[in-house]
Parts: sequence; structure tokens; C-alpha cells
Amino acid sequence: MHIPDGYLSPSTCATLYAAACASWYAALKRIKRSIGGRTIPLISVFAAFCFVVMMFNIPLPGGTTGHAVGVAVAAIVLGPWASVLALSITITIQALFFGDGGITTLGANCFNMAVVGSFVAYGVYRLIAARSDVSSQRRTIAAAIAGYVAINASALLASVEFGIQPLLFHDSTGTPLYAPYPLRVAIPAMMIGHLTFAGLAEAVLSAGMIAYLQHANVGLLRQSQSASASTSTSRLWWVIAVLMLLTPLGILAAGTAWGEWTARDLANSHASPVIEAASKSQLPPGSVPAGIERLSTIWTAPFPAYAPTFIKSAAVGYSLSAMFGVGLCAVLSLASAAVFRKRRESHA
Amino acid sequence: MSRTNFIERTLNRFARAMAKALVSERTAAKPGLLQALDPRVRLIGLLVLVISVILCRRLEAIAALWLLAVVIAIASRVSMATLALRVWLLVFVFTGLIAFPAIFLTPGDAILSFANLSASAQGLRTAALLILRVETAATLTTILVLCTPWTHILKSLRNLGVPVEVIAILAMTHRYIFLLVDTASQMFEARQSRAIGRVNTSEQRNLTSRTAGVLLGKSIELSHEVYAAMVSRGFRGEVRLLTDFRMRFRDYCALAIFFCAAGFAVWMGR
Repeated sequence: MHIPDGYLSPSTCATLYAAACASWYAALKRIKRSIGGRTIPLISVFAAFCFVVMMFNIPLPGGTTGHAVGVAVAAIVLGPWASVLALSITITIQALFFGDGGITTLGANCFNMAVVGSFVAYGVYRLIAARSDVSSQRRTIAAAIAGYVAINASALLASVEFGIQPLLFHDSTGTPLYAPYPLRVAIPAMMIGHLTFAGLAEAVLSAGMIAYLQHANVGLLRQSQSASASTSTSRLWWVIAVLMLLTPLGILAAGTAWGEWTARDLANSHASPVIEAASKSQLPPGSVPAGIERLSTIWTAPFPAYAPTFIKSAAVGYSLSAMFGVGLCAVLSLASAAVFRKRRESHA
Repeated sequence: MSRTNFIERTLNRFARAMAKALVSERTAAKPGLLQALDPRVRLIGLLVLVISVILCRRLEAIAALWLLAVVIAIASRVSMATLALRVWLLVFVFTGLIAFPAIFLTPGDAILSFANLSASAQGLRTAALLILRVETAATLTTILVLCTPWTHILKSLRNLGVPVEVIAILAMTHRYIFLLVDTASQMFEARQSRAIGRVNTSEQRNLTSRTAGVLLGKSIELSHEVYAAMVSRGFRGEVRLLTDFRMRFRDYCALAIFFCAAGFAVWMGR
């Protein structure tokens, strides 16, 4: 899953570097605040551990072997933020010292495996383990599923990154300039190996290690549980920020969502075959229905189709619309919370 | 298949990683073109060339950069056999495997047809672009890794603005990788030497998980000991690195040449 240089376009690499840098900054700040001076030796040694574990051959059913990343174990024992740092350091050393994985794609590799992998693994583990006892079998199963889901989430993200390359980056003759396969080929090609061997290897290692720690070093698991007890809304804001950055992906979808046609779409003769094909050969009306025509003029949106008229770039327009929407929702939520708080105080 | 094959394979991987590190150390110590330059120039120059490879859209421009990479490698006394085995062959096999179906799957002007398959000109070009781009970028990265000691790469990264804490973590991780590889090797060797009779797959999995678990415990313990050792030597949460690099006239010239070559390639390959 280590993407080498040359598979992703410069703009994809830059976007994913930006996303990874934001995560590293947040992780470093958070970890320094929680464990202070211990940060450097703990992350260093754990990164070295992840590096060594990635070299283990894990025997799988059927006589074959596979390799794991150790993302679930790192997220469970260290917590997601420290896991982001440890795995990112491991991936950086693999790229810079051993030439495994690219330098321009380092941001993408870290974002896929370290950032997304750690948070998915941690979320799934916490969801399944819930408040069960640290030494319960439920935790072992939770670790296995967390490892399996995390590695597949990372692989899915990598395959989407590959799959969007030919859509976005091709020359005038239609030759893809980077990874050549579209999403319909890239996703199954990548996921088959990960849903079977790689996912299984990760599940086996995660479950095996958590089971071992439950018997031999349960203190490590207790320590991580108490460290992760505190929750805050800042995580949610980070997720929202990442989703906002990813909103331009919506431009990739061809055509209009089914049933969301405007009066202009229905009047357009070029759009009719598309609507017909999407509606199981049901012909659209020859002219715009009177009701739609009348109602469509009542309200004109300031940002029609998520594309403000004063912005030329569709991607910037999409991101700006996302920021505006999130900002508006946040302001409304805060305002309503303030109103309810005032009412409660006046009642009290 | 031998019953302890998976242990041997793991041990082989450890040995290969160690061997790779040794080759890098030996090449970095040889006198050569890159070795004579300031490490920051090496890092920035080769990174700029890697970026230019990604920016180029024409095969001829990428091929010219590959040729430049080979010339730099020869002048820096990098073994061609190492490059051929470690980079060119490996990349050709793996990326070739990925790129080959694109010749037939990419829609475009058919240039060759047999059975139900037809190869397109666009498919051939995209496959060639991918292979050549990965080969060239991997060659440049490997030259950097082989000609620059790890400590110099770290100091150069610090000069480029990477936070000092990250540099300290990278340096310590690199050191402990070798310690933990050695510890894991000893654990696997000890287990293999005690193995009598057939070990089934389930037991093999348990053995791997237990080894990883023990290694995890040792790692955490080691981090506490390292921290205690750092504190006892006066560590108070701040890291200072000694940087003794000095840019000379030839370094500035080399940096300018790297930038010119990368700029020219991007212009040619636009």
C-alpha cells in the first residue's frame, strides 16, 4: 500500500501533504500536552516497533503468509494521535532511508495509513469494545475487526486516489498521465487483495497481540484506556475540516443526481437522453412542467449549484460553499444553544 | 515447504534490511560527485529533480531525467548492479505488472488487435509514462539514500524547517529500529532452535503474535528507560542539534545546475 513516486499527480500529492501536515501538527500539539517530555522516546521506540512488525511474516489459513501494518495495535495501545505520529515516522523512514514508498507521495501514504488507519481502527475498537472488561474476549474480537476495517479503509482511500487520476489528469489525446485505471478498475483491483490477505493478516496480528497483552501485560491496555477516556469536540471539528477539503471530489460525479433536475435541465435537449438513461428508459416530459417552471422562480439561491457566480474555479467554489454551509450551521447551532441556555437559566 | 519457513522468511527480511543499510553506509563513504557536495544541496537538488519528474508530461523529458540520474549515479560511484537489482528490475516487474493491462484497458486509437483484445496508442503511452516516471523517481531517491548518511539527511531536513522534535524522533527511531530488529531476530532464532516436530498454522500465528507482544512490552519498557537516561543527562524537553554544514562556491553552482536541469525538463515536458 506504499504508493511510489509517479502514481499520483503533483496536485493530489500537495493536497494530501496538506491534510497530513494538519494532522501531524494537531497530533504533536496534543501529545506534547498529554505526555510532555516523554513524547520523543515513546513515539521513537513505538515507530521502530511498527517498522519491525511490518517485516513479520504472518501465517494465514491456506498456507500463505501476509504482512501487517500494526495500525490497530498502535491506535489501541497509544491512542489515535500518538499512533498517527508513530506510523508517520515509520513510513517516513521507510521512504527516506529504505526507499520503500515515494517522497512526493509521502503525504498520501501517511494520510492513508497513519491518519485514516489510526482513527478508523481506534473508532471501530472503541465502538465494539464499549465498556467491556479490559481482559474480555470482546476486546480481542474488537481489535481484529478494528485492524481489518482500518487496513481496508486505508486501501479504499488509496484506490480512490488512484482512480481519480485518469479522470482529472490526462492529455489532449485522452492518455492518462499518472495512475491509468479509473475508479471502477482501481477499487476492485486494490480491494480484492486487502479484503482477503492483507486484511486478514492485520486482523490476525491485532487480535493475537491484544490477546497476548491481556494475559501478559494487561497494564498496557488499562493505561491506554484511561488515557483515552477524555473526549472533546475538537476531533469532530477536524473531521469536518477534512470533509470540507474533500468536497471538490463531488465535481467528479458526472451529470445530475436523479430527480434533482432543474427547469433548465428539463428544457435542455442534450440532457434528455441522460435523464432517459438514468430513468430506466422512461422518457422525460417534452416541455418543462408548468408547476416546476412557476415554483423555480420563487427563490434564487445565492450560491446556485454550489458554484458562487463570482468564483471561476469550480473546486474553489465547492470548498467555499462547504465552508459557508458549515459556518452557517455552526452559527445557527450556537445561537439556538445560547437561546435555550438563557431560557433554562430564566426558568431556574 | 518447510514447517518453520515463515520464521526463516521473517529472518531473511531482517537480514535484507540490515544489508540495505550497510550498502548505504559504504556508498556514502566513497569519494564521488554527490558526496563532495553539501548534504543540503544533495537533498534539495535531488528532491527538485524528483518533483520535476512528476511534473513532466512527455516521455522524452522523463527519459532525459533518467539519463541524468544515471550520470549522477556513475559520477557518485553508485554501483550499477545495486541500482539495476534494487531499483530498475524491481520497479519494472512491479510497476510493469500494474501498467501492462492499461495498454488494453485504456480507450483510444487501436494500434494492434488480436482475439478480443486491442492495444491502444493511449494505453501504450500511459503504461510507458508510468513505468518511466516510477523508474526515474526511484533512481533519484535511491541515489540520495545511498550517497547521504542518515544523520546528514536529518540535519538537512532541519535546515529546511522540519521541527526539531520531529528530527529527534526520526533520529532515535532509526537507531532503535536496528536494536529492535536485532532483538526480534534473536527471539525468532531462539524459537526456531527449540522447534521440534510439526508446528501447525494456528500455532505459528500464536507464535508471531506472542513475539510481537513481547517486543511491544520491551519497546515500551525501553522508551521509559531511554527517557530516564535522557532526563539524567539534563534533558528538559528541549532538543538542540549541532549543524556544522557550510555552503561553498561549488555547492551554490551545483544547486543552480540542479534547479536549471529540473526547470528545463519541466519546460520541455509540459
